Amino acid sequence: MMTSDTTANTDAGNGNGTHTEVLTTRDGIPLKVSLAKALRREKLRSLALIAPLLVFILITFAAPIADMLFRSVENGIVSDTLPKTVQALSSWEADSPQTPGEPVFKALYEDLLVATEQKTHTRLGSRLNYEASGMSSLFRKTGRRVDRMDEAGPFKEQFIDVDDGWDELETWQVLKRYSPTITSGYFLNAADMELTADGVSMKPENERIYLYLFWRTLLLSLTITFSCLLLGYPVAFLLAALPARSANLLMILVLLPFWTSLLVRTSAWKVLLQQQGVINDFLVAIGIVGDANRLVMINNQTGTVIAMTHILLPFMILPLYSVMKTVSPTYVRAAKSLGATDWTAFWRVYFPQTVPGIGAGSILVFILAIGYYITPELVGGTSGIFISNRIAYHISSSLNWGLAAALGVILLGAVMLLFYVYDKIVGIDNVKLG
Amino acid sequence: MSALPAYASTGQRVWHYTFRTICGLIFFFLIFPILVILPLSFNAQDFFTFTKEMLAFDPAGYSLKHYEDFFTNPDWQQAMRNSFAIAPVATLLATSFGTLAAIGLSQSHVPYRSAIMAVLISPMIVPLIISAAGMYFFYSRIGLQGTYVGVVLAHAALGTPFVIITVTATLVGFDRSLVRAAASLGANPVTTFFKVQMPLIVPGVVSGALFAFITSFDEVVVVLFLGSAGQKTLPWQMFTGLREQISPTILAVASLMVAISIALLTVLELLRRRSERLRGLTPS
Repeated sequence: MMTSDTTANTDAGNGNGTHTEVLTTRDGIPLKVSLAKALRREKLRSLALIAPLLVFILITFAAPIADMLFRSVENGIVSDTLPKTVQALSSWEADSPQTPGEPVFKALYEDLLVATEQKTHTRLGSRLNYEASGMSSLFRKTGRRVDRMDEAGPFKEQFIDVDDGWDELETWQVLKRYSPTITSGYFLNAADMELTADGVSMKPENERIYLYLFWRTLLLSLTITFSCLLLGYPVAFLLAALPARSANLLMILVLLPFWTSLLVRTSAWKVLLQQQGVINDFLVAIGIVGDANRLVMINNQTGTVIAMTHILLPFMILPLYSVMKTVSPTYVRAAKSLGATDWTAFWRVYFPQTVPGIGAGSILVFILAIGYYITPELVGGTSGIFISNRIAYHISSSLNWGLAAALGVILLGAVMLLFYVYDKIVGIDNVKLG
Repeated sequence: MSALPAYASTGQRVWHYTFRTICGLIFFFLIFPILVILPLSFNAQDFFTFTKEMLAFDPAGYSLKHYEDFFTNPDWQQAMRNSFAIAPVATLLATSFGTLAAIGLSQSHVPYRSAIMAVLISPMIVPLIISAAGMYFFYSRIGLQGTYVGVVLAHAALGTPFVIITVTATLVGFDRSLVRAAASLGANPVTTFFKVQMPLIVPGVVSGALFAFITSFDEVVVVLFLGSAGQKTLPWQMFTGLREQISPTILAVASLMVAISIALLTVLELLRRRSERLRGLTPS
């Protein structure tokens, strides 16, 4: 707050006709300086208020996201476990027709002696197994025998004696390819591609899963967004047209699901959609479906779409409603008085004014849908799961964290891009709750 | 659309009622799944559908046994205790940091305002599975994975955007001349904050806190990755229950949680009205 009084003092030394007045505060400081100081103080105060949360979020939230970005390209494991081998391999060309010579094998022997002692060689084996199958068993097998090798050499023969894999060019090409500490391998994997001796190429047809999964996530999210729009538009329209009292009452029906726990709603759908569940029982009772061929509505894409449409519908209705509230009914009346039919008045006059709401609601629902995990996991079976379920699988079951991180980064990129569009349409500050 | 004019043609009448019916069906779709679990949770059998006795309103078809199971089963009780140990602390952290930051953000000259806002809101935008993955990686590096502190910090981070949004919304309507008036009457900034500003933004703070609480209380993805068996919360227990051995106790828990949501919704609505009244608006 500016507390100092401002008075206009004419500068005494100013005598040559030019009209320069310096405004000062009462204690003689030029007003400009004083204002700048006050402004600086205000900025500092606001930053001081924001700082605790900013630091908190940077540590608890932004650092984890940065860590994930780092993990999606990080690949220190080869050079950490086999430092001497990596160095020795630098003179070996990946496209050479022969496996490396004795010095590399000697380095490998020394590295593996250390690695088996610290039991890190199996970790390296499983890491490289993501890139070429057979690496895991190769390292396990060699690790068991390495301390029985003759210290005097020759190492190459001894290694090949343990496992023929050491005589194969592919083994060494993979080691060489993944010896840098930064790799694009996880991202290539996430896009169903692989790094081979001839450069980047698509994986064989039968090993491609992620592109298909991304495609399905996209398609199902679009389906969910579209069904939300289809169901949300009439409801928002009705709510905006009704008098406030009845609209508020009906709004409860929208807000209650919005506030109810996600798991409660998912379990409700699990109960309803089961083959022995309420909907099938009802359909059988009224005779639409025979008892023998009850509908399969759960553990497939139908289940995911129905449950997620229900869960995300309020996120469509609320933005649509707030836009429709601002559309003045006089426009439609004017259109009708000029001879437009009900349909023309709606389609040519009312509908175009609600397009911002449609945009906002659709992007919001779509952003939320592509990142969903719980509902697809519980009602999606195998055909209705999303990319997020695969991320969770790689974190907790297959332990391929790098791939999980790469998939996560791709998903995050998509969400950020959409959010940028959302910010342009609606504005980040205009997010409203409840 | 709201009222049918007297001169409406037959076609318009038919459409009017058809439209209302369609809307009725959509409202039914919205609310039915939540309402249906309430009676089912009183099922005397271990079924997930209405038995013949229930449809005939035979008292023998109803029982409280699933509720009894919830209140006596040590797994569920432990889960409930964990939930109530985590959510309030996370709420407290989120609300205090969030309120301060919202006050800072609503000053007129904040450098890099939009960049700061984007960072602070990001926990709400980033899909939960990605937050969970990142936190899992990072918290295992610093030894917080599988600890109570880790889960509380994560939940607090997820709750702050809601506090910022609700508190900022109340501050937008805040009349700055009130602060100046207080200062001119001799109040120091601290007194002004607690006597003038705080009472007016309290509704925003409380609804932000409620949002933060429900975020933590309902959250399952992050706790699934970050927590160990000692932090098993109610949603986590429900999630495993739904995935593995589906037991009707889940319906009893779900019904109790619906009751909690209704209570929260009521409190929020009352707060909204109070806030509007304080700002001199007529509540609608």
